[in-house]
Amino acid sequence: KSDSPTLAEFSLLTVCTLFIFHSLYVFIFYLILFYFAHFAGQTLLNVKQASDLPAVQKSRHRIDPDAIPSPIQVIEDDKAKSTEPFTTGVRGQAPPLVTTNFQVKDQGNASPRFIRCTAYNMPCTSDMAKQSQVPLAAVIKPLATLPPDETPPYLVDHGEGGPIRCNRCKAYMCPYMQFIEGGRRFQCGFCSCVTEVPPHYFQHLDHTGKRVDCYDRPELSLGSYEFLATVDYCKNNKLPQPPAFIFLIDVSYNAVKSGMVSIVCQELKTLLDYLPRENPDVDSVVRVGFVTYNKVLHFYNVKSSLAQPQMLVVSDVSDMFVPLLDGFLVNVNESRMVIESLLDQIPEMFADTRETETVFGPVIQAGLEALKAADCAGKLFIFHTSLPIAEAPGKLKNREDKKLIGTDKEKSLFQPQVGFYGSLAKECVAQGCCVDLFLFPNQYVDVATLGVVPVSTGGSIYKYTYFQAQTDRERFLNDLRRNVQKKVGFDAVMRVRTSTGIRATDFFGSFYMSNTTDVELAGLDCDKTITVEFRHDDKLSEETGALMQCAVLYTSCSGQRRLRIHNMAVNCCSQLADLYRNCETDTIINFFSKYAFRSVLTSPTKTVRDSLVNQCAQILACYRKNCASPSSAGQLILPECMKLLPVYLNCVLKSDVLLPGADVSLDDRAYLRQLISCMDVTESHVFFYPRLLPLMKLEGDALPVAVRDSEERLSKGGVYLLETGLHLFLWVGANAQQELLINVFGTPSFSQIDPNMTSLPVLDNPFSQRLREIIDSFRAQRSRYMKLMVVKQEDKAELIFRHFLVEDKSASGGASYVDFLCHMHKEIRQLLS
Amino acid sequence: MATFPEYIAQNEERDGVRFSWNVWPSSRLEATRMVVPVAALFTPLKERPDLPPIQYEPVLCSRATCRAVLNPLCQVDYRAKLWACNFCYQRNQFPPTYAGISEVNQPAELLPQFSTIEYVVQRGPQMPLMPLVFLYVVDTCMEDEDLQALKESLQMSLSLLPPTALVGLITFGRMVQVHELGCEGISKSYVFRGTKDLSAKQLQEMLGLTKPSASQGRGPQAAQPPLSNRFLQPVQKIDMNLTDLLGELQRDPWPVTQGKRPLRSLGVAMSIAVGLLECTFPNTGARIMTFVGGPATQGPGMVVGDELKTPIRSWHDIEKDNAKFMKKATKHYEALAGRASSNGHIIDIYACALDQTGLLEMKCCANHTGGYMVMADSFNTSLFKQTFQRVFTKDVQGSFKMAFAATLEIKTSREIKVSGAIGPCVSLNAKGPCVSENEIGTGGTCQWKVCGLDPSTTLALYFEVVNQHNAPIPQGGRGAVQFVTQYQHASGQRRIRVTTTARNWADAQTQIQSIAASFDQEAAAILMARLAVYRAETEEGPDVLRWLDRQLIRLFMFHLRRSPFLQVFNNSPDESSYYRHQFNRQDLTQALIMIQPVLYAYSFNGPPEPVLLDSSSILPDRILLMDTFFQILIYHGETVSQWRKAGYQEMPEYENFRHLLQAPVDDAQELLHTRFPMPRYIDTEHGGSQARFLLSKVNPSQTHNNMYAWGQESGAPILTDDVSLQVFMDHLKKLAVSSAA
Repeated sequence: KSDSPTLAEFSLLTVCTLFIFHSLYVFIFYLILFYFAHFAGQTLLNVKQASDLPAVQKSRHRIDPDAIPSPIQVIEDDKAKSTEPFTTGVRGQAPPLVTTNFQVKDQGNASPRFIRCTAYNMPCTSDMAKQSQVPLAAVIKPLATLPPDETPPYLVDHGEGGPIRCNRCKAYMCPYMQFIEGGRRFQCGFCSCVTEVPPHYFQHLDHTGKRVDCYDRPELSLGSYEFLATVDYCKNNKLPQPPAFIFLIDVSYNAVKSGMVSIVCQELKTLLDYLPRENPDVDSVVRVGFVTYNKVLHFYNVKSSLAQPQMLVVSDVSDMFVPLLDGFLVNVNESRMVIESLLDQIPEMFADTRETETVFGPVIQAGLEALKAADCAGKLFIFHTSLPIAEAPGKLKNREDKKLIGTDKEKSLFQPQVGFYGSLAKECVAQGCCVDLFLFPNQYVDVATLGVVPVSTGGSIYKYTYFQAQTDRERFLNDLRRNVQKKVGFDAVMRVRTSTGIRATDFFGSFYMSNTTDVELAGLDCDKTITVEFRHDDKLSEETGALMQCAVLYTSCSGQRRLRIHNMAVNCCSQLADLYRNCETDTIINFFSKYAFRSVLTSPTKTVRDSLVNQCAQILACYRKNCASPSSAGQLILPECMKLLPVYLNCVLKSDVLLPGADVSLDDRAYLRQLISCMDVTESHVFFYPRLLPLMKLEGDALPVAVRDSEERLSKGGVYLLETGLHLFLWVGANAQQELLINVFGTPSFSQIDPNMTSLPVLDNPFSQRLREIIDSFRAQRSRYMKLMVVKQEDKAELIFRHFLVEDKSASGGASYVDFLCHMHKEIRQLLS
Repeated sequence: MATFPEYIAQNEERDGVRFSWNVWPSSRLEATRMVVPVAALFTPLKERPDLPPIQYEPVLCSRATCRAVLNPLCQVDYRAKLWACNFCYQRNQFPPTYAGISEVNQPAELLPQFSTIEYVVQRGPQMPLMPLVFLYVVDTCMEDEDLQALKESLQMSLSLLPPTALVGLITFGRMVQVHELGCEGISKSYVFRGTKDLSAKQLQEMLGLTKPSASQGRGPQAAQPPLSNRFLQPVQKIDMNLTDLLGELQRDPWPVTQGKRPLRSLGVAMSIAVGLLECTFPNTGARIMTFVGGPATQGPGMVVGDELKTPIRSWHDIEKDNAKFMKKATKHYEALAGRASSNGHIIDIYACALDQTGLLEMKCCANHTGGYMVMADSFNTSLFKQTFQRVFTKDVQGSFKMAFAATLEIKTSREIKVSGAIGPCVSLNAKGPCVSENEIGTGGTCQWKVCGLDPSTTLALYFEVVNQHNAPIPQGGRGAVQFVTQYQHASGQRRIRVTTTARNWADAQTQIQSIAASFDQEAAAILMARLAVYRAETEEGPDVLRWLDRQLIRLFMFHLRRSPFLQVFNNSPDESSYYRHQFNRQDLTQALIMIQPVLYAYSFNGPPEPVLLDSSSILPDRILLMDTFFQILIYHGETVSQWRKAGYQEMPEYENFRHLLQAPVDDAQELLHTRFPMPRYIDTEHGGSQARFLLSKVNPSQTHNNMYAWGQESGAPILTDDVSLQVFMDHLKKLAVSSAA
């Protein structure tokens, strides 16, 4: 027996085999075989002779991929396990995986759709936390959309005095408040301070010390609910105006030529009827305004009394202002005729434009000033095409320099090139002006800089590189429709309060922070996620556990000021094993990716990658050292909850942001980096480990079981669907059966399949129908519309597709799953020795 | 020889020139002793319908420093085909086209009756006639009623413009909007912040008026300036569009909070108007017509803050140096006036508001460019409406009675030099041999730019006799002055009007009588008054009065001292600026009326008769008609007004009373119809509040101090502490005797 193979030796090794027994993984090198099991605190150890496994031995230099932990297996196991609805009442219980369909019953803690934690058993002391290196974080999606069978948060009105709160820490009334002295006072679960119960809120207690009305009041029995805020919670002590949407459309040469302008104008005519509203029966109160621009800005007066819209050109972009007040922001129904006339005329007016230069800073300023003038919050929809090189504030220059990649200066490419947008973002946040950016670039536009304002104001960036009306229209329109219609709040402030012992220390997402505790969001929609990292500042107790309360104060789309409260209680443990038993790898990966993608702003990507690997190795080494039974150092032992950590981590390390391929533009990297920062766990999971469905057999309502993202898993005779949340590929094997091709494409010949199609032909057969249903259902699950790309085996486009087969070696030098696992093992062993 | 009055009238009729002295003292020393300088009132475009247009270019003296125009005073050698310049004595060859010249075949410019002659400069075929440009700059911060009236006036004016004239529209309130004309569907305008001044170059870029540089090398066609652009288009093309646009103009929509003035970006609006024309039609005649409903309250050129509780500056504030915006605003408008005038553009200001609008600060815009300044209470008054309509008056040929972008050049004989000019002009800083070192008014030059001219525009020109006492001029010598006015006629033609005039020299020691006889009292009065007003504008008030008292005291000066041109008491700074503006541009007759109003009396005693401007003329049984130029006032004496109240005029048996009442009204109407700007018409009676206009003008021969001494039946006492003419004259006589010592 010999251990510690060096990396140099590693490739020369004949890897013997690897055994799996349910949940326990052991690598055995040098012909020595162990069989090691660890289940429910039990440890089993079996030793077998190498000669027992002659078949495996034949594949020299390889570990059997089936023998290493399979994401598909874990996902399927979890699905099989979760048949009951998930109830949130039990503290410290990890919810089912994001890939599992399950129902949630709110019994006092927030639903995992709102909050997911990396660990549901927090270590009691900071020493333990430091030792384990497991990040303690919560991924919060405050306005998440719930499935139709779950009740949305109730709205609670505590009357003129506003919501009842703890006197000291200002935590809002929640199930963790302990009523004492017959109900006359309550003790805060967060800071233990005792507060008088106001007379109008008084209620008697029953024999268990619970208020009699406990189950009548959402704030006493549920994890998530909303309070109606009073005027004290409003800016300038004034109830807010209904928000406004301002559409700012680039009408420079490229924008017109690509067809973007006419598509937007055409679409807006119908889309304006679907502005967000709380009650579907009444008209939306959201007002709208229109601006077009190239290197000057054109504002439009669409007052209902006008026969024709009026255009007001502002060419002094150095010092932006709004040229009109009355008639810029209007009610859609009142001004419908004028708006339609305007939207009809915009494409005509600029059809012959020769202007190629654009501005960008003044465009945001214009929207901001308009909202300021109207004294309301709102959202800017900017449809932009090119690098803003016209003389104006926020003017940019082309700085795309591939030579910097891999150097210490790489980080500068992710940083904005001018400080202008940072201060502009600050102003936007102060006004509650959220910016959504739709980009249609044909070349470098510096997403890293243009994205500063959207990212700081809770907005979104959409990017349609080489936009062509023909092929990208659907994707863009679906994104736009969804974006306009989705539930959104404005002028929001989020505060996370915790019980004594831990503290929210770091925040990730699309927002702005002017101090260390308040997360300010000019806009917050149902897809935006904020990740919060916690650290110890004292000891936690196992009895009380750790509590957190996330309160979001926002203005609803009807102009109502509200507070949304999510409460979450987790257990605390003094044994590391408990920690490792109640972790969620998907959430940890979500946190790691956000952490790493933010670190690239300040550190070289290599340093970021190394520290990620190192932290994971420490997590696993700590487990090995403290929780697993002693065994040979040659064994790789992974905790049950984290057995996918290496494979997922490898995906993060190989992502375009951390390890770009030669064809990945700087804009793409910046775009992805910003996109990930506000992703929830469901989306980040599929983004890093795409879903690959074999489509050979589609029977019944159930989806076929996915296969692992590796070329080996693809059969030449099959057709596969791959989904990442951003991309959707239909891979067709070169030897795909004719019947299958006829069913899907309506042609028996592989060569006749048009690789440029973006939607499948509508064919009258059950297979085609079902396939299209599946595609539609995938699209419905994601916040962004996925354009379908048909990839024929051995076609040029297959290179792009292969990039998403994340278990394989990547073209940019990323390790395969097997190689990375071995590398990880080596790191762990180094830590242990 | 005709008498001097006849001679003066004839000269004025023919040349539009009136000299203070019609025989000139022959040396500097003597001229200085005359107190009143040799000076002239010159009306460049004096209406001369009889003048035949000469369709060729003037012949110029070949000496580079002279370039005088061939004129009837030149000596001509018909055989040698030579002429001698009467200013520099250079002998010049006639051009080849004059080959046929002889004693019997003389060109018009050599005939004595053509001492004033007008040349029409022929342009090449590729140089089209310059279109007239009218740029309306319209305030939208006003009451709906006013705005409506203004909109109607503007719409009406479109029908008065020649179809080829270019028009443009700028509106302003809190923002400034430059309207693009002739757009289909959506109406377009460029909007500018009212608080930020822009240079012409910035404006050009922002309006997208930069010419594409690609067309530079394309030869002559590209070099031709564009004759219209998106903002200035021919009336015939866009009058419907512009009429609609004007019709849709709304009051400035920005909210005005209680206790505030609306934010009015007048300064920037004017700057943009000037800039727009500067970069599109430099050196082409153009009118910027500014319609102002109140003071500028923000940005460069603001004259008052937006807080209503702080009133606009008064003379009192100005004297106390308490008008904090005045200097800066004046500087802004002066710069604008400078830019406009150097490009030949006129700025008119129509200020219609009850309170002051800042004419004091803006006056240079009109004064330096020859623009009109009109002041009224509201755009919804006939004063504004009629006056505005009268701007577009046409002559018999159907051309506007206005000329553009003129330059006036003066050539003098060696013995005399030009000291300066006072009138609606700016200096072109042309130094030359005939420029005096002593400046009076706008001096130091022999050329002035007069951007806007009409037939009554009159400049005062001051000369200095430089001949030394010991270099006598030969007996019978004459000093000559040539006025060369180049201008753009309303028809678009370029024209040159040349007036050459000469006066005899006389030795003051021997011929003092003839010099004295040649004195033109009226002209001298106006010339001195202009000088006084000019000084009042530039110096402190009382000093000017003292200077005037020292210089010369006569009847006119009594009234001049009391006139609003020098006195600011009871007048706002804007009113003073307005009165002075009019005084500085009107011709002699009108100016005389301004200083000493005309008073007619109507009574049963006989036909209407002019009466003394004296309180003794105010009698109960008289109707008085007073014309102060700015006001036409009908005053019904006590008895007459009682009769009128009793309604006698309605009764058939008192028809003659009805006629009596009607007579001054008819006369007033005639005045109202011809005068520009239209005077304020006042119908008042004894004891009426408006009678104060009359009472403030008449000589207070009876006041509350001395009324009983004069007897009660002769006129109305005036409640004033001002001295009467009688006292003034007594004092003067005393002074004249003592100062002679």
